[in-house]
Amino acid sequence: MSATHVRYEILRTFRNRVTLGVTLALPLVLYYSIASGNRHATSSGIPFPLYFMTGMAAYGAMFAAVSPGAHLALDRSRGWIRQLRITPLRARTETVAKVLAAYLVALPTLVVLFLAGASLGVRLDAAQWLEMTGLLLVGLAPFVLMGQILGHVVAGDALVPAVGGLVILFALFGGAYGAFFNSGTMLTFVKLLPSFWLVQAGKAALLLGDWPAEGWIVVACWTAALIPLAVLVYQHDTGNV
Amino acid sequence: MAVVDPRNAGIRATGLTKSYGSVRAVRGIDLEIAPGETVALLGPNGAGKTTTIEMLLGLTHPDAGTVAVFGASAESAVRSGWVGGMLQTGSPPDHLRVRELVSLMASYYPHPRRVEDVLRIIGVSDLAERWTTKLSGGQAQRVRFATALVANPDLLVLDEPTAGVDVEGRHEFWEVMRGVAAEGKTIVFATHYLEEADAFADRIVLIARGSIVADGSVTEIKAKAGSRTVRATLPGVDLASLAALPGVVGAERHGDAVVLSCTDADAALACLFAKFPEVRHVEASGGSLEEAFLELTAEEDSTRPAEGDKS
Repeated sequence: MSATHVRYEILRTFRNRVTLGVTLALPLVLYYSIASGNRHATSSGIPFPLYFMTGMAAYGAMFAAVSPGAHLALDRSRGWIRQLRITPLRARTETVAKVLAAYLVALPTLVVLFLAGASLGVRLDAAQWLEMTGLLLVGLAPFVLMGQILGHVVAGDALVPAVGGLVILFALFGGAYGAFFNSGTMLTFVKLLPSFWLVQAGKAALLLGDWPAEGWIVVACWTAALIPLAVLVYQHDTGNV
Repeated sequence: MAVVDPRNAGIRATGLTKSYGSVRAVRGIDLEIAPGETVALLGPNGAGKTTTIEMLLGLTHPDAGTVAVFGASAESAVRSGWVGGMLQTGSPPDHLRVRELVSLMASYYPHPRRVEDVLRIIGVSDLAERWTTKLSGGQAQRVRFATALVANPDLLVLDEPTAGVDVEGRHEFWEVMRGVAAEGKTIVFATHYLEEADAFADRIVLIARGSIVADGSVTEIKAKAGSRTVRATLPGVDLASLAALPGVVGAERHGDAVVLSCTDADAALACLFAKFPEVRHVEASGGSLEEAFLELTAEEDSTRPAEGDKS
C-alpha cells in the first residue's frame, strides 16, 4: 500500500478548486434560494427546510462522491493510467485512494448544508445529526462506485455531461429537488434508487431514527451489484485512449 | 537443490504475435536479452516496436507467444517493481508539482533513487515546484525521464525516449543512461534514430513489418546488410561478365565507369584485378548503418500491409 499515492490522490482532488467550489457552492445557493422562502412549509411530512437540506446535501454529496472516480477519465486521456499500469501500484491502493478522496470531499458538502439548514431553523439533537450523517455516508457508497465505473468507461471529453447527467437524474428521481413522486408506480420506482434513501436520511433521522429495512436493502443491493462491475471495468481499462 | 537468481534469467520473448484488427503489428518475434545488456529496437514507424515494448511491459497481451522477464511473467515482474518504463505518449497527471510527481513515482518502487538526486541529474531541480501542467514540451520530456529514472528498476524499457528532444537534450539523456547501464541495469529502448542505436546500444534488433530482420552488434548488422559498392574505371567491358564475378550481385555502367553492388567486396575485388588488369580508379565504399537499415527494412516492400496507428 503506497501511502504516498493515497495522500497525493486526496491532495489532487482538493486542488481541483473549480470542481470543489461548484460542488460546495451549487447546492448551497439552491438551498438558500428555495428554502428561505418556504421556511414554514412541509414536504413529505417533515419541515421543508429539513427536507430540502437533506435533498441538497445528498445532491452535493453525490457530485462529491462521483467526481474523484470520474477524474480517472481525464487521467486516462492524459496517458497517466497507462503509466500507472506499468508501476507496481496495486488496484487496491488505487481504489482506497479514490474512495477516501470521494468521502473527504463529500463530508464538507454535508457540513456546509447542515450549517445552512441550521441557519434556516432546522433543529435536531446531536444523535439525529449524527444519525443523518451516517445514513448519508452509507447511502453514498453506490455513487462512489458509479464514479469509478464512469471514470473507467467514459472518454475524457464526455466526462462532464456523463457526471452531470448521472447526478442530476438520480437527484431528480430521488427527490433531492422536491418530492415530486408521492404515489403510484413512480413512487415504487423511485424507492428503488439509492438517491431516494439519501434524501430520506433527514426524515429517517427525525422520525424513525433509521431507514426502514427497504432502504438498507436498496442501498446494499446497488453496492453489491456495482462492486463487481467496478472490478470488471477496472480490469478492462488498459488506459488506452 | 540449486537456487537460481531469477534476475539472471534476463528477458525471453518467444513467438510473440499481435494483431489489431486486420493489421498484423507483430508477426512472430523471438528475443532473448541478457541481464545488463543495452538493446536498441530499431525500425521504421509502424514496424511493431511499440507493440513489442507493450508486450514486454505486460500492457498488451500477445495473441500468441510468451514473455518472461527475470523468470516471471511480464505482469508479475512489473508488480514486483523490477521493471520501469517510459512510454512514448502520455503527460503527467494534473494538480501535482514536479517534485511531487517524482516522489509519487519513487513511492511505487522497492528501491527508488533519491528524488533530489534525480531532479539534479536530469537538470529539473529548478522546476521542482512547478505544476506538471505548466511545463514546455522539452521540460515535460525531462520530467518524464526523471520519473523513469527515479524508479531505479532492474529493467528499464524506453519507447522512443528522445523523440522531440533537441540535440543537446538527447546528448544529456544518453549520458545519464550510460551511467544507468554502467550500474548493470538492463535497458531496452525503441528508436528510429540510427545514430542513437549505433552510439548507445550493445546490440541492435532491427524490426521491420512486425518481424526481426537482423539482430546483432552494429558491425554485424552492417555486415549482414553487406551492401558495399565498388566503383572503377573500366571502359568497354561486358557488364554480364562483371556481374558473374564472385561476390557481385549487380553491375551498372556510367560512361567509362562501372558500379558493382557486392555482397562480398573482398572476393569481387580480387577477381576484378585478376580478370581485368586494365582496371583503374578502384574504390570500395558503403556499409554505413543507414544503408544497412534501408536495405534490411526495405525488402518485400510491396507486401507491406496497410499500417494502422499502432507501431
